[in-house]
Amino acid sequence: MLRQLEGSRAIAETVALCRPEVVCAYPISPQTHIIEAIGRMVKDGSLAPCEFINVESEFAAMSVSIGASAAGARAYTATASQGLLFMIEAVYNAAGLGLPIVMTLANRAIGAPINIWNDHSDAMAVRDTGWIQLFAETNQEAADLHVQAFRLAEELSVPVMVCMDGFILTHAVEGVDLLDQATVDRFLPPYEPRQVLDPDDPVSIGAMVGPEAFEEVRYLAHLRQLDALDQIPVIADAFAELTGRASGGLVHPYRTADADTIVVAMGSVLGTIKDAVDRRREAGDRVGVLGITSFRPFPIAAVRRALSGARRVVVIEKAFSLGMGGVLATDVSMATLGSTAVLSTVVAGLGGRPIPRRSVEETIERAGRDQLTPLSFLDLDDGIIERERGRMARTRRSGPFAENVLRDLRQAKEGRP
Amino acid sequence: MFQVRIHGRGGQGVVTAAELLAVAAFNEGRHAQAFPSFGSERTGAPVVSYCRIDDREIRTREPVMAPDAVIVQDVTLIHQVDLFGGLGPDGYVLINTSRRIAELGLDDLDERFRPERLATCPATELAIEHVGRAVPNAALLGAFAALADQVPLEAIGVALRDRFGGVVGEQNFAAATAAFEHVTRGREAITRAATT
Amino acid sequence: MSHDPTDAPALDQRVHFYQVGSFAVGNRLLNADDRTVQSSAQRTNSIDSGHRACQGCGEALGARYALDAAMRATNGRLLAVNATGCLEVFSTPYPETSWRIPWLHSLFGNAPAVATGVSAAMRVKGREDVRVVAQAGDGGTVDIGFGTLSGMFERNDDVLFICYDNEGYMNTGVQRSAATPPAARTATTDVVGDEPGNPFGQGKDLPRIAMAHDIPYVATATVADLHDLERKVERAMSLRGARYLHVFVPCPLGWGAASNETIHLARLAQSTGLFPVFEAERGVVTNVLPIRRWSPVEEYLTLQRRYAHLVGPRGRPDIVARLQAIADANVVRYGLLPDERNDGEDD
Repeated sequence: MLRQLEGSRAIAETVALCRPEVVCAYPISPQTHIIEAIGRMVKDGSLAPCEFINVESEFAAMSVSIGASAAGARAYTATASQGLLFMIEAVYNAAGLGLPIVMTLANRAIGAPINIWNDHSDAMAVRDTGWIQLFAETNQEAADLHVQAFRLAEELSVPVMVCMDGFILTHAVEGVDLLDQATVDRFLPPYEPRQVLDPDDPVSIGAMVGPEAFEEVRYLAHLRQLDALDQIPVIADAFAELTGRASGGLVHPYRTADADTIVVAMGSVLGTIKDAVDRRREAGDRVGVLGITSFRPFPIAAVRRALSGARRVVVIEKAFSLGMGGVLATDVSMATLGSTAVLSTVVAGLGGRPIPRRSVEETIERAGRDQLTPLSFLDLDDGIIERERGRMARTRRSGPFAENVLRDLRQAKEGRP
Repeated sequence: MFQVRIHGRGGQGVVTAAELLAVAAFNEGRHAQAFPSFGSERTGAPVVSYCRIDDREIRTREPVMAPDAVIVQDVTLIHQVDLFGGLGPDGYVLINTSRRIAELGLDDLDERFRPERLATCPATELAIEHVGRAVPNAALLGAFAALADQVPLEAIGVALRDRFGGVVGEQNFAAATAAFEHVTRGREAITRAATT
Repeated sequence: MSHDPTDAPALDQRVHFYQVGSFAVGNRLLNADDRTVQSSAQRTNSIDSGHRACQGCGEALGARYALDAAMRATNGRLLAVNATGCLEVFSTPYPETSWRIPWLHSLFGNAPAVATGVSAAMRVKGREDVRVVAQAGDGGTVDIGFGTLSGMFERNDDVLFICYDNEGYMNTGVQRSAATPPAARTATTDVVGDEPGNPFGQGKDLPRIAMAHDIPYVATATVADLHDLERKVERAMSLRGARYLHVFVPCPLGWGAASNETIHLARLAQSTGLFPVFEAERGVVTNVLPIRRWSPVEEYLTLQRRYAHLVGPRGRPDIVARLQAIADANVVRYGLLPDERNDGEDD
């Protein structure tokens, strides 16, 4: 039923429809509303049977999920930012053990300086863990991806992370069409673990593997990720057949067919970019957008196909690797290897910096005039940068960046030099 | 697309107001998107929320920078934050106060905006009277329905009853209705003044 | 309590006593009631032979008794979670495993939380007959696993957590943990400077910390008294909620002791008062294992190279005296010697 509701609420209700059996909760903004709502549903009995466990850290949240999943229970948790980093050892472990845990990542920046707002730094920090990472463009897609995530995870025995932009999606109230229980049950069969802790059939899980086999184990895990490249579209198609909605899949191309400039991005910013593209189209520019839904596994072939006609590829991404540049762009460059397309990276929206449609349009225009540098930062305040660099040039111990920048901003606001 | 920006302080239901407005528009068959300014604000700190209403799918995720209407839930913000930034000359302004615009030290408002699109409403007083709590958001939504013709009062009522339920829902709707009538009377007075 | 094989539950894992090849195993010459679980040919053999533990490993011994006792107490309905550490490494050399019970190893610091998850899964599936044991060394318990352990305790999750305490990080080459005793040499507390070895005034007393959580059951035991260990495991498995068992397991390698001294050292730790053996329920001590034949700490220290700098002609009697004071304080705190200390007269 189509309802107007908060993104977090839509996720909580959708996860509940997926009949999770063990849900762990540790508060961190901006995922808290999801876990709060699930906790309420377990407590009032509307989600049963389910164990809702308030743990003492994100590390414990993922660890409890590992235990529950290894013992055959469908396990779910949610986190963001520092919380994801705090559990990262267990994030790797869950993937290494092949446990089909589903986790919502309410994407948020990583400190220091501490920042609660949205960007994709947290997801990028765990891209090599062996988890499947799916990025949602809207709350509708975020909700739908959770249903697909459980099925994908359990079919492949791989954990799946559904990434949705913190605040921008989690706290946005918009129309979401939630599935009913019968539809979800039809799509998502009960969890049948491949290997499970059972007194009637004792197995050892998590044994040490030495140099004689470790590389093979990792390679097989990679092959499993490649299997996911086949499975993700199959599951998205099955989902579309059932619901009529084109949620999920590997990539979402928009007006790319005849485009000579294609913007590549992930997550909720795709909506703003589509608006910008429509306006540039009205002005006569041949522009399109390629939304990447599956970041891990990275769909190199699908991206290559979608970008094959483009002369310019502009990757707008909410994260970057300090000292190097774009993270998504690096992966996209693997898909454009051998092509003559010019690849530019535009880092945008860090730490919740708004990405205005106007700025995206200007970026597209600049790209069209071949004026984009290989790496640029959207709406960077050059004055602040120059002042801080000047300060650093004058005194070796010029203090921490963050405090200096904040002081500059305050002085500028108060009209002082 | 019609874009609303709501200014207030933590604890005044600023975020809820945007949500209720979006729900009301949704109930009228329109597309709507509401979201807060995403701060880690505490009770009493300045808070901003946004609502977009459109007849087609809303895709953009940028904050509302050029609103069509600004609702000020807390008049003490007037000299603290840039309340009317980005609001064009045809924009709507709704301020929660029992005073008149002229008494607020905002002399230029009359010049910047069209008088029939400016309104004040004693929403806090109406909330205390009808709900028993100094939370002005429901009343302001009623006032907004009267001022901007974007959502009918009845749709606000459905959203309020849905959200609060039972007696509290009725009380909130009573506050909204009173505010709606207050602003309607004010607009009628302006229209009469303009035509005489 | 009877361990007569004839009325033991029918468990499918028979055992060959080839480790010793005599009736000495598990006190099989004793009356049936006095024998340990190990005396039964139908014990579960939770940790099979062939693992890679050192000769004289106290942890391997403790784990075998504890788990077989838990298997008997649960009628074989047991799942085990293991922290990273010696026990995990020596029991699962690729591609083999010594575990004949369902066993899960995840990480070093998360065994309590993983066990919580396993326990929750059993509850949600209505299989509460299946019980959960989590185990770790002292590093995985008092240091890196402390946060998750405390969380498991305070939620009163239905898990028996067993710490095999050999007083240091032996798996990584004998480094200091918060369970390393004062003055002991480890690779990170060398015997140099004014205060050689591990400093005084540090470390965690985990059984008492566990008691402060008011959990249903806390107990300590040593591998010197395996009957006592088995009895405590059975008591623990008769209860629900978070339970904690702290087992003292000498490490010949890490302590610089002869491998045939493991049991002797465990007994001395108890009979000096350095390691008090007791039980507590809901935060209150309910039972203490009294010292039968008191020994001075020097007798214990002399057998271990980690204390070599304290004893002998170039030793440090002042430091030995401080260790003796710790033992004496334990004797008083737990009432380990109800009567006047009568050292030597029983000899």
